[in-house]
Amino acid sequence: MGALVIEVRRLSKRFGSVVAVDGISFAVPEGSTCALLGGNGAGKTTTLAMLLGLLLPSSGSIRIMGVDMVRNRYPALSRMNFTSPYVDLPHRLTVKQNLDVYARLYGVRHRSARLRTLAERFDLETLMDRAYGALSAGQRTRVALAKALLNEPEVLLMDEPTASLDPASADTVRTLLKTYQEQSGATVLLASHNMQEVERLCDKVLMLKQGRIVDQGTPAMLVQKYGRDSLEQVFIDIARDQDFRPAY
Amino acid sequence: MSLQRIFALVMRYLYLMRSSWPRLIELIYWPTMQMILWGFINQFFVGHSEWVAQAAGLLIGAVLLWDVLFRAQLGVSVVFFEEMYSRNLGHLFVSPLRPYELALALLTVSFLRTSIGVGAAAGLAIVLYRYSIFDMGLPLVAFFANLLVMGWAIGLMVVALVLRYGLGAESLAWAVIFAVAPVSGIYYPISVLPDWLQNIALLLPSSHVFEGMRAVVREHVFSFDSFWMAVLLNGVYLSIGIALYLFAFHIARKRGLLLQMGE
Repeated sequence: MGALVIEVRRLSKRFGSVVAVDGISFAVPEGSTCALLGGNGAGKTTTLAMLLGLLLPSSGSIRIMGVDMVRNRYPALSRMNFTSPYVDLPHRLTVKQNLDVYARLYGVRHRSARLRTLAERFDLETLMDRAYGALSAGQRTRVALAKALLNEPEVLLMDEPTASLDPASADTVRTLLKTYQEQSGATVLLASHNMQEVERLCDKVLMLKQGRIVDQGTPAMLVQKYGRDSLEQVFIDIARDQDFRPAY
Repeated sequence: MSLQRIFALVMRYLYLMRSSWPRLIELIYWPTMQMILWGFINQFFVGHSEWVAQAAGLLIGAVLLWDVLFRAQLGVSVVFFEEMYSRNLGHLFVSPLRPYELALALLTVSFLRTSIGVGAAAGLAIVLYRYSIFDMGLPLVAFFANLLVMGWAIGLMVVALVLRYGLGAESLAWAVIFAVAPVSGIYYPISVLPDWLQNIALLLPSSHVFEGMRAVVREHVFSFDSFWMAVLLNGVYLSIGIALYLFAFHIARKRGLLLQMGE
């Protein structure tokens, strides 16, 4: 197992009386792909937002590549990236302009060459001069993914990377992700509802419920532990069991 | 601080302007319309008011400088709204971009927008009314700079409110600046205001700028007292604007507002 790239300890977030994340701890080793799995309101997006520094935790600590993300996240931000269908890119700018702006923000060297490489890899060559807002959902997702890989991130955080995509587009995106992860050795943490995606991409799964980690392990291990045929059935078991208590 | 990141955002706004000709026209349209309207009023008063007749172009100069303040404020706040409309803040703030770099980019774009908008109107005033605001010489630079900074300060305060309360507070961008207009003495000396309102007017950098402008146009004298008072007040205003902006950003991170912002 590689060094721990993401280390989260007793992380909590409260919004008034609502506890969105309740003292979770986990670690993700270098080069692995880990999933945050849980129903709506389980705390996945809140956890990702805290890891990125978009949201300040109520308590607990987050270290990414050794950087304390609560106190000073900037040294880590240029080495990581993020994509989410809930955060958009400017619609009026062309794909090329959007990628150019973000390449500058991330201090990418040899921008033109990098943009060409990504355009080729994500099949965006014919879309580069089109307005981002004029693209289909699948095309936008590919652009967002290209944006997320502009700086060749060592850590990639993704919130539902294939949400609202048709099965073919989703499959393309998963293949692109898998290829990048294998070639770069990046560490990936993704939040998802999609069990197929998780089973295909992830080495480890963190099951979240009501802001707590209720179970964790490899997809195969969890399926075996619950005596089910698929991760989806495990997910439903945990989501429906009102009395389910954290195992960790 | 990274100039490259600031430049990246300036590029982003320039791309946006280039892609939308209505935005570009709008930059020039309102200052020009204001200038044309006040140009005719000025022409009328030259024949009917001794006060205006003594200083040709007084009202045109006033309206052009007022537009510097107005456009500078809008240049900060409206450009920030573009990020909210496009739900782009989440991406921006997971990049290495610092909040103060975003603020500096907004100020730079505001300067460009103001220069384009008011510059075009000032050029047209020469053609239409044979009045050149540039005849003021160096004092014009002092007036422009002071009004620009005051506009920036108010713009940052508006951005802070919108960061805190969302786009529901958007209309403040248009409303706030008009609250200072009556007490700034744009078209009349602040001595016409009631005593209590004059005291408030003296707390505004803009009122010192417009008093200073009248001194230059009517008496050909540059009032250093007015200039330094405006600079001092602007220092205070800008500090408050920056502090509020950074505080609102901190609150937005605490409450998770950066991910929720959008139309």
